[in-house]
Amino acid sequence: MNAPATVATLAAKDFKSDYKPVWCPGCGDYTVLASITRALAALGLRPENVAVVSGIGCSSRIPAYTNCYGFHGVHGRALAAGTGLKVARPDLTVLVAGGDGDGYSIGGNHFMHACRRNVDLTYIVMDNHVYGMTKGQPSPTTEPDWKSKLAPGGTGLREFHPLVIALASGANFIARAFSGDPSGTAALIAEAVRHPGFSFVEVLSPCVTFRPEQRAWKEAVRPSPVEPTDDPARAARRLMTDDGFNIGVLFKGARRAYAQAGRPTHEPADLEKEFAL
Amino acid sequence: MNVPTQGDHRLASVSIALAGSGGAGVMTAGNMLLEAAAQAGYYGLMTRTSGPQIRGGEAAAMIRVSTFASDSQDDRFHVLAAIDWQNVTRFASEIPLAAGSLLVGDPAQGEPPETFTGMGARYAPVPLKELAKQIAGGWPNMVALGLLAALIGLPADALERAVKKAMKKGGDALTAGLTAVKLGLAEGAKLGDGFRLAPARANSARWLISGNEAAGYGALRGGVRFVAAYPITPATELLEWMSPALTKVGGALVQAEDELASINMIIGASYGGVPALTATSGPGLALMSEAIGLGVTAEVPIVVVDVMRTGPSTGIATKTEQADLNIALYGLHGDAPHVVVAPNSVSDCLGATQWAVSLAESLQVPAIVLSDQYFGQARAIVERPLVENFDTPRLRAPDNPPGYKRYEITDSGISPMAIPGTPGAMYTSDGLEHNERGTPSSQAADHLAQLEKRQRKLTRLDCGERWASVEGEGDIAVVTWGSCTAPVREAMARARADGVEARLVSLRLLAPAQPERLTQALDGVKRVLVVEQSFSGQFHRYLRAEYDLPGEVRSMRRPGPLPFRPDEIHQMLLKWSRT
Repeated sequence: MNAPATVATLAAKDFKSDYKPVWCPGCGDYTVLASITRALAALGLRPENVAVVSGIGCSSRIPAYTNCYGFHGVHGRALAAGTGLKVARPDLTVLVAGGDGDGYSIGGNHFMHACRRNVDLTYIVMDNHVYGMTKGQPSPTTEPDWKSKLAPGGTGLREFHPLVIALASGANFIARAFSGDPSGTAALIAEAVRHPGFSFVEVLSPCVTFRPEQRAWKEAVRPSPVEPTDDPARAARRLMTDDGFNIGVLFKGARRAYAQAGRPTHEPADLEKEFAL
Repeated sequence: MNVPTQGDHRLASVSIALAGSGGAGVMTAGNMLLEAAAQAGYYGLMTRTSGPQIRGGEAAAMIRVSTFASDSQDDRFHVLAAIDWQNVTRFASEIPLAAGSLLVGDPAQGEPPETFTGMGARYAPVPLKELAKQIAGGWPNMVALGLLAALIGLPADALERAVKKAMKKGGDALTAGLTAVKLGLAEGAKLGDGFRLAPARANSARWLISGNEAAGYGALRGGVRFVAAYPITPATELLEWMSPALTKVGGALVQAEDELASINMIIGASYGGVPALTATSGPGLALMSEAIGLGVTAEVPIVVVDVMRTGPSTGIATKTEQADLNIALYGLHGDAPHVVVAPNSVSDCLGATQWAVSLAESLQVPAIVLSDQYFGQARAIVERPLVENFDTPRLRAPDNPPGYKRYEITDSGISPMAIPGTPGAMYTSDGLEHNERGTPSSQAADHLAQLEKRQRKLTRLDCGERWASVEGEGDIAVVTWGSCTAPVREAMARARADGVEARLVSLRLLAPAQPERLTQALDGVKRVLVVEQSFSGQFHRYLRAEYDLPGEVRSMRRPGPLPFRPDEIHQMLLKWSRT
């Protein structure tokens, strides 16, 4: 994870590209971007050795706003692309990023299986409880009574609880961050990257355009009152009972990360012996 | 089929079906018979048919042993042996018999069904189960194996070697197996010498391989080191072969949660610079279509092997058809030029897949390989395939390229790809339309420029002679593809013996189409027969859309799973040549 000593340490700005984001003014994702670049600098990484992988949605535009290698794929499949990349190239630091619709709805199956597969990558979800790019439809984390054109009376559906799902599915590191606290978020992301296996950082990132009431989140969030646990049962109890505003590392597991490919022991041509008569 | 009478000369090719309910061991015995034929110097082909049951369903091993190499089934089966007759009639249409054919069955299992005796075949009752019971741990399928080997004249020592090779653990099971085989040999000797093979002629290096193994090996030879896939019949064996093989060559296989994951995983791996492949069948290919388009736009090379089965939807999961041609060619949304390659023999599954990897890598484009259940699950004794090394690696960007543009407009359409880890060339690979730098763009001019660039890669491709197998002369041509090629080739050899010359054009490169090459191959042709295993004639329509076919064109087609047999094509050629 550490850069060679001979290479100068880079600053957060060295991880930022010159692209102007498509995001609305005041969007929480700006500070998540700043937190990511700050974390990468703090980790002493080089931009060419980091890949940021995403799917589709407002927050999924983030790879191009970094100066790392970026992959902006199809909707919902960011974790799959990130998994393939990390298994094929274990030398890279892989961040997968996106929103709640991308990760928990269309990509929900991949989310569960990425948690249980435990490949050594970091998944950052900018959760704003709404589909912003398509202009304001309810997502899996939207409150049941939130009214929209698509669901005028609210969905009436219980919210998806990503942290509990992550824990039950085997994620090795679970944290909640708030975009309004960039240095805290940067520290959580850096810790997630350092932690072996699949690390999951859910960032509360307000949508000021379609969910302006989320501006009040800054009043609601608080540091988690307890230290992180490595006991899934305790973590489950905490996560099932918290109100969604406890910020910090909530679970740190010790499961072994997905195995890397070994060194070759054969030339491909050796394999034809089994067919030869 | 040439059914000999008593005293006739020996056969150049014998076809046998061994049927029974699940657990009867017909596939095990079939594989040993094929191995024995291989040991004795023959060529051969074993295809399989089975019901949908996981265990306990009926199954038949269909084996052709010959003095020449062919991937085609013959017109009729010389022998149908059944361990039992339970539900075997379900395969009746797949096991055509002739008047001179022989039915071997255990009288304790009842009389052979009328469906078979009605074809005029002679019945020889053999108490397989009772014979097996004479041996501790004896099995009826091993008795049947010995019987069939004797019937077609395979040497006992070749059979013994095959049994020993299959039963590596040895011990009592092997002893029982060999004893049962000996009993079978004695029984087979009583059934006359009407189905004896002519002496084996093979003196060159041969392989015993399945189409799925060949495709897997071709992928490795092409440089594939990452595979992600979801299990699906009939592609699973390809993955099961690749899993340990990849470990040996330092690669990795991930079993994905679904096909949406597997296709995106291989795109991620290949974006990272590692040649990557997935294998699936029709339903999986349908799920992958969106992401294959991503591979086209983001210009990430990937290979998707579709081992076709009957569709649409779940179709007949265990049986073959050539009806995924449309989705492979046209299934992507938007204008999405990509490569479609089809092997035209079991052994060509190796070369065609390896070539597909090479095309994908050099053109930075997705390539779909259309194999099918017939090839994939067939085991064939073939000439050792010529394994080539294609020197067509991916064009990579150097370190710190000045003013790097990932999607730079070039004459060839191919632009250097920066692999993560390359300093000073960071870019974002994107499914959004983009400009040369990769910056998302909604401008008409960028869209047009990138569409032209992506198309140009394929238009400018010089595919060489590999685009098709072109054989023979004459003013009748048969244009076909994939697993229909072998029966066509055999039909043409028979027609030639009747003095009718025909040309074979079996297309290997289906996309990008090669109209100039086909025009040249069909120069002077007055009649074109299009042969395919698709109900709606997908291949015929494709040819009509992409090529100018000369003269009179006829379409010969049927859906899966019934294969074309040489005789029907032979008769068609004779009839047409005389009008």
